[in-house]
Amino acid sequence: MPADADDLVIATPAGLYCPAGDFHVDPWQPVARAVITHGHGDHARPGMGCYYTSAAGLPILQWRLGAQDYRAFDYGEPFALGRTRVSLHPAGHVLGSAQVRIECGGTVWVVSGDYKRQPDPTCAPFAPQSCDVFVTEATFALPVYRWPETAAVARDIVAWREECAARGEAAVLFCYALGKAQRLLAELRAHTDQPALLHGAIAAGVEVYRAAGVELLPTGTVAEQAPRGGGYAGALVLAPPSAAGSPWMRRFRRVQTAFASGWMQVRGNRRRRHVERGFVVSDHADWPALLQSIEQSRARRIIVTHGAGDALVRLLGERGLAAGTFDTRFGSED
Amino acid sequence: MRRFVALYRRLDRSTATSDKRAALVDYFRTAPPADAAWALWLLAGGKIGGAGARIAGSGELLAWIGEVANLPAWLVEECRAHVGDLAETLSLLLDDPAAHDDTPLHVWIEDRLLAVAGQDAAARRELVTGAWAVLDSEQRLVFNKLLTGSLRVGVSQRLVQQALAELGGIDIALIAQRMLGAWQPGPGFLAQLLSPQQTAADRAQPYPFFLASPLEAPAGTLGDIGDWLLEWKWDGIRLQLIRRGAEIALWSRGEERLDGRFPEIEAAARQLPHGCVIDGELLAWPAEAAQPLPFTALQTRIQRRKPGPKVLAQAPARVLAYDLLECEGEDWRARPLHQRRDALQQILAACADPRLQLSPAVAAADWSQAAALRDSARERGVEGLMLKRRSSPYQAGRRRGAWWKWKLDPLSVDAVLLYAQSGSGRRSTLYTDYTFGLWRDDALVPVAKAYSGLSDAEILELDRWIRAHTTERYGPVRAVQPLQVFELGFEVVNRSSRHKSGIAVRFPRVLRWRRDKTAAEADRLETLQALAR
Ligand SMILES: [Zn+2]
Ligand SMILES: [Zn+2]
Repeated sequence: MPADADDLVIATPAGLYCPAGDFHVDPWQPVARAVITHGHGDHARPGMGCYYTSAAGLPILQWRLGAQDYRAFDYGEPFALGRTRVSLHPAGHVLGSAQVRIECGGTVWVVSGDYKRQPDPTCAPFAPQSCDVFVTEATFALPVYRWPETAAVARDIVAWREECAARGEAAVLFCYALGKAQRLLAELRAHTDQPALLHGAIAAGVEVYRAAGVELLPTGTVAEQAPRGGGYAGALVLAPPSAAGSPWMRRFRRVQTAFASGWMQVRGNRRRRHVERGFVVSDHADWPALLQSIEQSRARRIIVTHGAGDALVRLLGERGLAAGTFDTRFGSED
Repeated sequence: MRRFVALYRRLDRSTATSDKRAALVDYFRTAPPADAAWALWLLAGGKIGGAGARIAGSGELLAWIGEVANLPAWLVEECRAHVGDLAETLSLLLDDPAAHDDTPLHVWIEDRLLAVAGQDAAARRELVTGAWAVLDSEQRLVFNKLLTGSLRVGVSQRLVQQALAELGGIDIALIAQRMLGAWQPGPGFLAQLLSPQQTAADRAQPYPFFLASPLEAPAGTLGDIGDWLLEWKWDGIRLQLIRRGAEIALWSRGEERLDGRFPEIEAAARQLPHGCVIDGELLAWPAEAAQPLPFTALQTRIQRRKPGPKVLAQAPARVLAYDLLECEGEDWRARPLHQRRDALQQILAACADPRLQLSPAVAAADWSQAAALRDSARERGVEGLMLKRRSSPYQAGRRRGAWWKWKLDPLSVDAVLLYAQSGSGRRSTLYTDYTFGLWRDDALVPVAKAYSGLSDAEILELDRWIRAHTTERYGPVRAVQPLQVFELGFEVVNRSSRHKSGIAVRFPRVLRWRRDKTAAEADRLETLQALAR
């Protein structure tokens, strides 16, 4: 979208940039000062001079990026960068995820990062911020994406595991290692006591959440060798999507697979994933939540990121809002 | 509808055939007969409403959902393009109601859907949007699939029949036979279907056709040629000729009765002994001609319920008999082919009517001689050879091993993709039905529609290309920029006055995507016309 001279955030080859504060938000190339919304790989990359993060998100960045120059702030705690006053506010996406509020000369911009509006026991809920310009994610920006109640999905997962158990099969549930896995473990606590087994790539992130005091279902790890006797029959196993079709899967002699993601809302996506079951659990805003958040921001101008927001931009335009797009390199993983 | 939706979900989720069969058995064991009969109808590919009694067109459904969900038409269309399947799109755009709907399937269909079929738009809209308001998302998906006629869950006819046979403790062949032809879904039909006794309705029913599979391996791998009966593969209409008591019935392989359309064949059949069922090929073949007329001649006959003398003289019909399925009222299908054929030969000899002839055995000393004969098929006006194991029983459906069709390699041309339409079933989300054209002067003339031949990956790629290169839309059809070239194969090319191109192709299919060719390099119409007979 064409930039005005006094825009607080502009798109540059290195990422979203705030000229008045001389910092970037979630840049994809190395820069001096990076305000990071959350720890997912497409938003938090290595190589920045200094990382500004929420205090709740610090352990996640430390896990993903190792030792760096971090400046951590509580939600709502303002700090100065150049001519701007910056503060971080809960986005409800994953542990420590934040919206970036930027204020300069009476104008307020908010960069949402990734967010969702459904309750999530593993992180602080999205806190709407009034602003002049709202830079919003738009990963699921079509009206077909409307999330079911998470508790109902958790019950379905438990029922699926029981079905697998009755057939002597393991139930391998693919999900992203940061956020989704922990949210599932937290949600499942209300519906089962049976521990879940974790793929190595997921176990580390689960420990980070536990250390931060998030209550999760008890877990074990998937051993190198299949246990004697029935193998993993009846076990619920959480694994990253990259494990699908890998040699790691061979240890499960009889197995059903499933994927937990907002993308599972559409059956064609499920078929393309080649999984038996799809569970609709998303850490992003669905269509009604995008519209609700845009409305609550009271912004007069909306800029969408993540590359799938054309329909949303057109609709907002028809409703009389100034709406445009920032080309970003954020992914569509969920 | 709840129980049927649960069946749909179970079938949809299971990949193993044994799981699907168990789901079907469970359903038919517990469902009330009035519902089960409709479930059977739907699983067998039956539609609700239909041409003369429509409930909702896709345009109406898209408009109604836009009104109900308060979305502009372009956004609804955007959603459909994203999701692919119309029924699924409709079900995703609404929120679930608070209450559960427990109305039985047959009430939904008989008292509601069929009650408004063919009525004015307001009544149909009220019913459909009213249903959307009370059904949950899984129910809406199935309901919408009833409206769009696309309820397919990877269940073959045979699997349904296996489940019913298991449930009723009766032979699957009897189930299959009873499900042939037109039937009315209702508890009465279901009871008759599962009846262990012969019923009156069984008398006019054909047997399920045994279909040959295409021979892919070299013919030499079939072993001693002496174990095989070789016949020409005729390009006509496969049929069963039934003579039981006073009853004479002609059934096409498409499970349609052809009664009245071929009076000369019915007259000839009166000379057959009672209790006799013959499997054969219907051809248009003048008495003095050495070869049958092309298939297009027969097509003019199928459409006429009462052909006049002129039509009868222009395209006289003849049956080349392949097989004897019933003899003196007894089911002979389990007997070996050579025995059935001997009896068939005797019956036809006694009948001595030129309109009922034995399909001649083709003599070949070895497989290379047989291959040479197959290569002569095109000039003989046939499609190739049929290879049937002499010891084979007459099975049901397409079963590999005993009967093979050994067709000529197809004729081929390079043609340009002009139009695309979305497919059905598994491919409903993709543009998979293509129309191709050839050059006449400097314009492209449509010559063939083809549905198959590309790999799944190519279909996906082409689908994306089609969406990005659409020039115009006519309902479900998209015109695309004429840029992509495909090699098309045909079995036969005939001259035809009914087609704009002046020719009609039989069994067109895509052989490969010619990415190496530009549209300008595609073939001219004259090339195809030169192949026509
Ligand atoms: Zn994220
Ligand atoms: Zn993101």
